[in-house]
Order: sequence, then C-alpha cells, then structure tokens
Amino acid sequence: MTQDRIIYGIFFLVITAIGFAVENHYYLQLLTIIGINTLLALGLNMLMGYAGQISLGHAAFYGIGAYTTAILTVHYNINPWMSLPCALFLAVLVAVIVGLPTLKLTGYYLGMGTLGFGMIVHILFREWSSLTGGASGFVGIPPLEIGPISFFPARNYFYLVWFTVLISFVFCKRLIKSRMGRALRAIHDSENAAKAVGINTRNMKLEIFVFSAALSALSGFFYAHMVSFISPESFSFLVSVKIVTMVVIGGMASIWGSLLGASLLTMLPEWLHSFSDFEMVVYGLILMLVMIITPQGLTRGILDIYERSRTTKNKP
Amino acid sequence: MTQELLQYLFSGITNGAIYAVIAVGFSMLYSSTELINFAHGEFVMLGAMGLVTLWAGFGLPLPLAFFLTVFGVACVGFLFERTAIRTVRKPDHIVLIIITVGASIFLRGMGMLIWGKDAHSVPAFSDHPPVDLAGAKLLPQSIWIVLIALFCALMLHLFFRKTLTGKAMEATAINKKAAWLTGIPSEKMILLAFFFSTGMGAVAGIIIAPITMCSYDMGTMLGLKGFCAAMLGGLGSLWGSILGGLLLGIMESFGVGLFSSSLKDAIAFLLLLLILYVRPGGIIMAKDAKRF
Repeated sequence: MTQDRIIYGIFFLVITAIGFAVENHYYLQLLTIIGINTLLALGLNMLMGYAGQISLGHAAFYGIGAYTTAILTVHYNINPWMSLPCALFLAVLVAVIVGLPTLKLTGYYLGMGTLGFGMIVHILFREWSSLTGGASGFVGIPPLEIGPISFFPARNYFYLVWFTVLISFVFCKRLIKSRMGRALRAIHDSENAAKAVGINTRNMKLEIFVFSAALSALSGFFYAHMVSFISPESFSFLVSVKIVTMVVIGGMASIWGSLLGASLLTMLPEWLHSFSDFEMVVYGLILMLVMIITPQGLTRGILDIYERSRTTKNKP
Repeated sequence: MTQELLQYLFSGITNGAIYAVIAVGFSMLYSSTELINFAHGEFVMLGAMGLVTLWAGFGLPLPLAFFLTVFGVACVGFLFERTAIRTVRKPDHIVLIIITVGASIFLRGMGMLIWGKDAHSVPAFSDHPPVDLAGAKLLPQSIWIVLIALFCALMLHLFFRKTLTGKAMEATAINKKAAWLTGIPSEKMILLAFFFSTGMGAVAGIIIAPITMCSYDMGTMLGLKGFCAAMLGGLGSLWGSILGGLLLGIMESFGVGLFSSSLKDAIAFLLLLLILYVRPGGIIMAKDAKRF
C-alpha cells in the first residue's frame, strides 16, 4: 500500500510538472488526448484484462458519453456538469440492457456480439441526423467551466483530465485488490470454478461491464467538451479495435499498461505522419510485430527482458 | 407491387450470393483453425483490385484473369499464415484477433499504395441486355454471381466429401491432434485452409467488382457482413454459410426497399445479435457454441 502511495505521489508530481513545463498548445492537447485514451483503455482493461471478457464495441459507450453531453448541452442548454451524470446514466443503462444477454456468450461469440452492438450504435449516430447531426458531425459543444475557472485553456483541461486519470487509477487499483477484483480474476481463470466457489459470475461480469462502460462514457464526455466537434467516425468499429489494441499492446491486467498502450497508440499516428502514404502499412506492421514478439503486451515483454538480463547477470 | 418485390428479391439474392461466398471463406478457416480472420474483407478487396488490374488494366482474357487473381490472392493468404499466424507464440484468441486486425490495416495500406485512393470499376462479365422476368429486371451479372457462387459451393462440397485431402481437412477441423495421430499432416491442412479461404475471398471480390466501385477500403464492411452471414447460418458449416449469406442479402434488400435505406448496414448486425442471443450456433448448428 505504501509503495502504491509513493507511485501515485510520483505520478501526481509528473502530471503537475508536465503541465507546468509544456508550453506548446498543441502538445498539451495531444497529452490531454492521451489522458482520455488512458481512461478508455483503463475501462476496457478492467473488463478484458481482469475479467477476461473481450469487447469489440467499446467505442459505442465512448460515443454515447460524447453524444449525450453534446445533445443535452447544445439542444437543451443544460449545464455540462449536469449532463455528465445523464451521460453516465445512459451508458450504464445501455450497458445493463446489452450486457445481460451478451455476457452469456464467451470467446469469439462475445467479441462478435459486442461488435454487432458497436456497429449498430455507430450506424445510429450516423443516421439519426435530426439528433446527432448525421455523418457531417455535431458542432458547437461548449467548453467546461467551474465558476470562474474555465477549462478552455489547454493547460487547465490537461490538469482536469489527468487528475481524473489519477483518481481512476487509485479507484481501479483498490477495486482490483477488493473481493470483487479477486472474483473477477477467478472468472478470468475459469468461470465454472468461480461459480463453484460461490461467485455470482453473471452479476460480477455485468458489474464490471457497466463500470467499464461508465468509464468509457466519461472519456467520451471529456473528448466532446475538448474538441467541441464530434462525428460518428470517432466512434466507429476501428476505434473499438483501437481501444482493444491499446489494452493488449500496453499489457492486459496491468493498470500502468493502459497508460503505456494509450500513449503509444496516440503518439504512433503522430510519428507516422512523416511516412505519409506508408502510415497504414507501418501501423499494421507494428501491430502485428508487437503481438508476435510480445503477446502479453509491452509491459510484460519489457519486464521479461529485464528479468532475463538480471538472471543472466547473476549467473557467472 | 409484385414487380418491386421481385426486384428486391433479385438484388437480395445477388448480394446474398456474394455474402455467402465471403461467409464460406470465414467458415472454412474457422472450422479448421478456430480463427476469425478480421483481414478476410481485405482479401475480398485484393480479389476485386486484382481483377481491375489484370482484366481491365492488362487486358488478359477474363477466365485467365479470374484464375490468376484467385491464385495470387490465395498465395498472399498462404504468406499471411506463414509469416503472421504461424509465428505467434501464444495463440490466444485476443492475440490472434489483434494480429488479423493488424494484417487488415496492413493490407488496406498496401492496397492504397498500389491502387491509389481512387475508386476503380470494371465492366460486367458479359454484355447481354438485362433479362425481363415478370416485370422485374435481372442483370446478367447477377446470374454470373449466383452461378459462380453455387459452383464454388458445389466444388467445395465435392472436395470435402469425395477427395482424401478434403476428408483429411475435415478431420483436422474436428480434432487437430487426433488427425495428426492418424498420420494427417495437420499443419499442412491448416495452410491449405488458409489458401482456400483467402481464395474464396478473392472470388467474392472478383464477382462483386462489376457491380460496385472498387477502392482500397471496400473490404471492411464486406468482411463484417460476410462474417454476420457466417454466424447467421452457422459458423463452420458450408451450406449454413451459403444459407446465411442468401438470407442476409434478401433481408437487407427487403429492409432497404420496404423501410429505409439508411438502416441498410444495421440489418446485418441486428440479425447477428438476434442469432447470438437466440441460437448462437447459427441456423444450422455446426459446432457447439460456447455458451452456458
């Protein structure tokens, strides 16, 4: 526990320092996007890494968060802070409705069920144009503010998002160490065994699914108020896949892995801009190579290399 | 009204036959490797683009261009298995999903580099005038599509039933280790499954090329639809996939005609969810779906 506290302290200091040090508006925005993606990856990691339930439709919850707050603040002039609970509530509601039948499936079938759900939500965003603005997108989402503090400046928004990330990290870490966290890992290893020792697997899976949906909706909320323009393409199947990739590349069942995966996958397109037309080819290659070389994700892969170098050093 | 309904039916069967061919590719691979190939749609794209180059570009005779494209794409599938799938150390389904997704992005990127971002088109296979049938128009290309799809299905059926290699493949699909113990080179059979599956993808791309615009990003949606069709009919079953494909095509066409075209893409996924909830093994239960 004390070790954890030290790590959180360091993390807090790093966030504060980066916020002070980085002057460039563009970089601050990029870092904020990393923060938002970290929340997304963290949500899915709780579901996929710990409970072992794959979801290929998480962009749907991300989108529900973003579109709910967009519609409420623009069409109905509701304060963004009031629309946040609405967005979370809607995401939770949808997660319960979808989760109840879908979470009975396992393996590929679960992946496909969530994929179908994600596609349907994406099509709704695109086609329900009277409400969502259709394929051309939704403009004019107001920035966030608390009293006199506006979160419009990139630095303030950076702090808002990253402190939320920090709080979510603490929360998730505690969740994992609780009875529920142990139950989830038991489900991951064997659902039948978990049932046999008295874990209500259905409720447990549903709870973590709902939690992860809420976290995704939260990131959608932050995303919408940051860029002030959203379009269905930000919540498509490819985005769902990207979130899964963040989790897997960073490392499943690792909270810091979500941070690593989200940072890498957000930065990668930036680095690949110089490849211009080769961007997609290189991106695909990197994905395949990482998975072939370190199937347990980079966090585990780097740790393995480190441990191996230590054992070889100890051997004379 | 009957005229319109008949017209919807025709276009439904045409699209359905294409979905069916894609679904068969998915199914074959799934039954022998338990792998869902998310890059399958990209092989469809490669098939369409190959035809664009060889037939419309180089002016090769159609049958030769057809054969060369299917063979070429199947070879890409072969390479894909050798380089990306075989080398995986931990064949966990999440890892394999990400790898095939990576492959699909890679292939799409290659498609963009080779053929550019513009859409291409090819003429129909034969320039007969449309056939008039009870007031509805039947395009000759539709007949080609359905005939080729049926021919492929029949050939595969015969291959699996009548040849030793086909039976060996089926044995590998049922139990890889047991097949290996009886002396079947199961690794080779899996390679063959990749070869056939991607070849079927190419066939789908070739037959769809004349009725759509071919561009580097056409594969994703087609792949997903083919996948829905495979699930609908029963993943792992040949005739189930054909049935699922036709059913999906017809439902989609009627949905678009009678309700709204904006929901076209949603129909496939609604059907997917429905079948998963009600009967996850598909209409023709092929393998035990993991559900309890």
